Amino acid sequence: MTTSRRCFLAGAAVALLPITSARATPADMEAAIREVTGGATLREGPVALDIPPLVENGNTVPLTVSVKSPMTAEDHVKAIHVFNEKNPQPHVFNATLGPRNGKAVVSTRIKLADTQQIAAVVETSRGEFWTARAEVIVTIAACLEEVN
Amino acid sequence: MANALIHAPKTAKRGEVIEIKALILHPMETGFRPGTNGRIIPRNIIERFSADWNGEEVFALKMSPAIAANPFVSFFVVADRSGTVKFRWSGDNDFLVEEQVAIAVE
Repeated sequence: MTTSRRCFLAGAAVALLPITSARATPADMEAAIREVTGGATLREGPVALDIPPLVENGNTVPLTVSVKSPMTAEDHVKAIHVFNEKNPQPHVFNATLGPRNGKAVVSTRIKLADTQQIAAVVETSRGEFWTARAEVIVTIAACLEEVN
Repeated sequence: MANALIHAPKTAKRGEVIEIKALILHPMETGFRPGTNGRIIPRNIIERFSADWNGEEVFALKMSPAIAANPFVSFFVVADRSGTVKFRWSGDNDFLVEEQVAIAVE
């Protein structure tokens, strides 16, 4: 008996499944965010997440998170967390800030394994959680090329 | 040997918000990539970066494998009095590098 085209495609899809499951999923990202917020509601706040919308090389992607905050002892940004959907792990970084920073702006360079959504979660001294999200299209993924 | 590069102003006005940029040479190996022999290359990353102004921690960054190789970080700090800013990177395989710069506040 010859394998029908449909059977072959179904088999191929099953064979491909383990590859995708080795990655974090959007659900993993939401779970990681809940770990930080403790289930508190996320609101769109004065947060800007600057990342290029189209990235050629996922090995190094510039990212800046800036928050409008007076940064006084009573009202300041305590932490900035960044998460991703489809890298092997949902965490990117956790930055600890305080009134000594004067300006709640953090920049770094990150790796992206795929076209995905990036989320920044900001924790303030008043116990509020703000979020900003950005979609990024990646043409060459990080972590794939062989090393010499 | 690790090589760190710090970009910070040498002088600042009292109360001025200054930007500090720090870059260090490090492979930031994720632990998810297979090498040429097909085996996974063990994870080797910097886990934590911190900056102390006269002994008081003013900024800390917990990194994950998703930070690009040769980690770069920039942040802001209020220059309230002259002193030294001490930077510290620590991570896998007992990686530890310390670097410091002096900033004069007038």
